[in-house]
Amino acid sequence: MRERRLSPNLIIGAVLVALVCGVALLSVVWTPHPYAVIDVGGKFAPASAEHWLGTDQLGRDLVSQLMVAAGNSMMVALLAVGVGCVLGTAFGLLAAARGGWTEEAIMRVSDLGFAFPALLFAIMLAAAYGPSLSVVVVAIAFINIPIFARVSRAAANQVWHREYVYAARAAGMGRFAISRDHILPNIAAPVIVQATIEFAVSILTEAALSYLGLGAQPPAPSWGRMLSEAQTLMYLAPQLAIWPGLCIFTAVLGFGLLGDGLRDMTDPRLIRERRA
Amino acid sequence: MSYFIARRLAGFLLTLWAVSVVVFAVMNVLPGDPALTILGIDSTEEARAALRARLGLDQPVVLRYLDWVAGALRGDFGTSFSFGVPVSGLIGERLPLTFSLALSGMVVTVILALVLGITAAARHGRPGDWGIMLLSQMGIAIPAFWLSMLLVLLFAVRLRWLPPGGFPGWGDPIAALRSLVLPTAALALVQSAVLARVTRSAALEVMRLDFVRTARASGFGSRHVLWRHVLPNALVPIVTIVGLQFAGLVTGTIVIENVFYLPGLGRLLFQSIANRDLITVQALVMLFATLVVTANFLVDIAYVIIDPRLRGARG
Repeated sequence: MRERRLSPNLIIGAVLVALVCGVALLSVVWTPHPYAVIDVGGKFAPASAEHWLGTDQLGRDLVSQLMVAAGNSMMVALLAVGVGCVLGTAFGLLAAARGGWTEEAIMRVSDLGFAFPALLFAIMLAAAYGPSLSVVVVAIAFINIPIFARVSRAAANQVWHREYVYAARAAGMGRFAISRDHILPNIAAPVIVQATIEFAVSILTEAALSYLGLGAQPPAPSWGRMLSEAQTLMYLAPQLAIWPGLCIFTAVLGFGLLGDGLRDMTDPRLIRERRA
Repeated sequence: MSYFIARRLAGFLLTLWAVSVVVFAVMNVLPGDPALTILGIDSTEEARAALRARLGLDQPVVLRYLDWVAGALRGDFGTSFSFGVPVSGLIGERLPLTFSLALSGMVVTVILALVLGITAAARHGRPGDWGIMLLSQMGIAIPAFWLSMLLVLLFAVRLRWLPPGGFPGWGDPIAALRSLVLPTAALALVQSAVLARVTRSAALEVMRLDFVRTARASGFGSRHVLWRHVLPNALVPIVTIVGLQFAGLVTGTIVIENVFYLPGLGRLLFQSIANRDLITVQALVMLFATLVVTANFLVDIAYVIIDPRLRGARG
């Protein structure tokens, strides 16, 4: 009885994510124009066969900038969520495996992480260390650790009570080996769902920080920074305020829908509900 | 009940203490010489030494931390390096604007989210529900600062109905309120997207229960049942998300103030970063984090008031 129809959320999300990631990868090897070449004579050019979306206030090709910015944004999200996910899941597994005061300590420390919204934490780091994309990565990664610790611990605690885990313990398997061979594969679903959603959050956070001047520094293109430059030119060239925002929106929507779709597909509670 | 609250209060105070340690450590212990950061690399060693002495940096870290906490508890956050006045004065000056923005944002968010969420639930599975959910999905993905720019493009640049930014001061209340319309809208539209979804699913959950059917069967109108029977019973998850969203509201306010050039605490934070005014940054970050922690604490307490069953369970 296979009633796992793919939800529209999942399909639309996957398509958007594939599009954004494809463009980001493509930007590494090819852009229509070199993204940083300044041509002041050709500034604010309208969309044309040569410049598909026109040029900005310095005559730089908009499409090329948006493409490279996609790469930067994906890279930040990948690093930040990757580090946060690996460390957070490791702490979550440890908490579930050891229990007792280890679990208590890990969970209380991760509660502390929830006192700092990612943006506030990044602002604090940027104030102390100076603004840069690395600070953004560190800040988002840090804030992601408690999130993944919480998700993976909750999921792992359930798996620890399954029969096959009891069997493995009875067979003399150690806590570390059980965590690696039995717990981790069985908590992968919620962790992956969370990672997809955090990817979306990370893109939004990076964009906001770059918009505020604390993320990508010139000349590195970033959707957020392009918007902050466009804001001063809003009366002159309103079109510049449209495209970078649309890119952020597309990327965040894609990862958000993909995360929702994956959750609907993997959450046993929802599957049971659908079958009923 | 009082045991439950005492436990929560202890946890709350412990978290605040830990937050203060983190903020102080990041701003004071790790980044090397603050005097160098503030004065720049062209400064002379004498100037830096003098500044260090003035900031009390020649004292041990633990002593400085205790000094800072003791001051903060009295409302004394030290003297701003760039403005040359007490930080508490700066905060007091700008707090009303930030508070007004956050409060109006919160009120509009909750009203919008409840109306949209309950409406969607009432039309479950029909086009109205579908449309509201689509809007909310878009609202979650849209960056608040971009939405702000689009609102400015439409209502300030194109239609010229509202000012594009800035704040005239409270002396002219009408102009002051007008300049808060777009920032409030930007904040509330983004925030209510998540809350509307939660309201919808919480309401749907409750609508399945027997007492709702009983209420309907007793002849109450569907609107009465929705707002008087369903909503109160769906409040626990809604309040949870309102509490969690408070963090989003705080960061949203910081961003929005900078988009609209509103001279509130968020703008002050960025001016202080630009001026390398670490004392002010430290005080503001601590203030914002305190607000988030306090909101979480209040949500925990609110649960017990909304749902007395949780008193035993969560103690």
